[in-house]
Amino acid sequence: MSELMQLEAVSRRFGGLHALDKVTLGIGRGEILGLIGPNGAGKTTLVNVVTGVHRATGGRVLFEGKDITAYRPYQAARAGIARTFQVVQPFPELSVLENVTAAALFSGANGGLRNARDVAAQQLEFVGLAAAADQPAATLTLAMRKRLELAKALAMKPRLLFLDEVNAGLNSAEVEQAMGLIRQIAATGVTIVLIEHLMKVVLSICSRIVVLHNGALIADGSPASIVSNQHVIEAYLGKKYAQMAAQASGNP
Amino acid sequence: MMRRKDWILFGGLLLLAVVPLLGEGYTLRLGTMACMYAIMAVSWNVIGGMAGYPSFATAAFFGLGAYTGGVLLAGGSALVTAIVAAGALAFAGAMLLGAVLMRLRGHYFAIASLAVAEVLRELTNSATDLTGGGMGLNIPLGNTDGVLDEASFYFYAMWGLLFLAVIVIVFIERSRLGFGLACIRQNESAADMIGVNGTLYKSLAFGFSGVFVAMAGTLYAGWVHYIEPPDVYDILFAVKPIVMVLLGGLGSTAGAIIGAFTFLGIEEIVWRNYLQVHTGVLGFLVVALLLFLPHGIVSIGRRVRSLRGGHV
Repeated sequence: MSELMQLEAVSRRFGGLHALDKVTLGIGRGEILGLIGPNGAGKTTLVNVVTGVHRATGGRVLFEGKDITAYRPYQAARAGIARTFQVVQPFPELSVLENVTAAALFSGANGGLRNARDVAAQQLEFVGLAAAADQPAATLTLAMRKRLELAKALAMKPRLLFLDEVNAGLNSAEVEQAMGLIRQIAATGVTIVLIEHLMKVVLSICSRIVVLHNGALIADGSPASIVSNQHVIEAYLGKKYAQMAAQASGNP
Repeated sequence: MMRRKDWILFGGLLLLAVVPLLGEGYTLRLGTMACMYAIMAVSWNVIGGMAGYPSFATAAFFGLGAYTGGVLLAGGSALVTAIVAAGALAFAGAMLLGAVLMRLRGHYFAIASLAVAEVLRELTNSATDLTGGGMGLNIPLGNTDGVLDEASFYFYAMWGLLFLAVIVIVFIERSRLGFGLACIRQNESAADMIGVNGTLYKSLAFGFSGVFVAMAGTLYAGWVHYIEPPDVYDILFAVKPIVMVLLGGLGSTAGAIIGAFTFLGIEEIVWRNYLQVHTGVLGFLVVALLLFLPHGIVSIGRRVRSLRGGHV
């Protein structure tokens, strides 16, 4: 599998805190990679470093073979990297359609304004927000805002898409819908990195999972290997439970 | 692509052209001031209203324009040359400065932009050979036939500049730049993330908020024939445009013009009737207007409609 993005010993420090500690990670073209870890593990920091919100304090980020470590957010966006925010970030006064049109236009992926608007309308159709197109974004419910985030990211025609907790705060029916959308997006060939707390979602969608803990990568493998990984259980539940789990399953 | 609102806006502006026919010197002076204030207000609206960055640099642009133009005029340049030079210098300066200043947000940006005028004032003060320093700068009379003729000439010049400014700014509002600025104002990190080049767009907005003000500064210098640093770098030139825009309605070009005219009207009436305490009364009026009409004069129509309809 050819690598779409390659992180080489990427570190990010905030004062004395190592939010990311020499993370080396390859993201393969076309995969759905799950990125999990306890709260504060550095998942969102990783996305912020890759998209240029924070500059890496060490290491390199390569995207399609190009060094993008020093890119600023708008450059990363135009290079084909899109993200959704954990806390949704709409343009509240613009209509839903205008929100997505802005993403389609400024990412530079869709030519002029008219074309951008067409692309935006298509994406709204795809995520099921077409009926709300003319509403101001501020009037949407949380579930709809999450879908708006998704439509904005998709309108940028990304090759790599980071989904930062798109399911947080949704009820189970909404999560089902969102999972369906993610599968459909992946089917179009977009590489997806899914940051998620809901294990059900990660295990059922992802082809590979990596685990961050205290800024370091502690596991990398198939979903099945991750759930039985001693380090992962330790990171989530503590040493004591990890030992109990190991005894229960018969592995020392 | 003109909308009804724009026709009203440009129609109203055209109507202003009759002011010199009313003949009086006082009316002409007031008309010229009104156009000058309106230029400042619509310009501030680009950075403050569209981009959401509360700039206090209007006084800096005005003074820079007045002195650039003034020095050139005193050296014998044509008025048009002086105006274009002042505009170009202000735009270039604002773009360069913007790349630095626009990294600050909120109060920090406001304070930093306030300092620009102070720095320029000090520079002007100390460059005595060029600007006359604290002595001020005399600008020779143009070769017009009489005082009233000159007054109407400067009225038309200021009016024409306002017209130009409004055309350019309405165009910006509709352009990719205006769209990007709206995104930046509403959510800057989200704007970054969809590919808006924030630094460039904000610097452009800063540049456009300065170019016409600087040109008006040159006209002002030519009009009053004598300028000095405390006069043209007056902090009030930074504050008034903000009040005007808030009065008229933040983010609306028509609102900015209406706000400027209203402000000048109130200022004149208060000035005449309360010589001793006029700034106090003016301040009180402004606070009252902002409290009771937070979305400005342009929102009155909307409010009346919603009152009649019972709900919005």
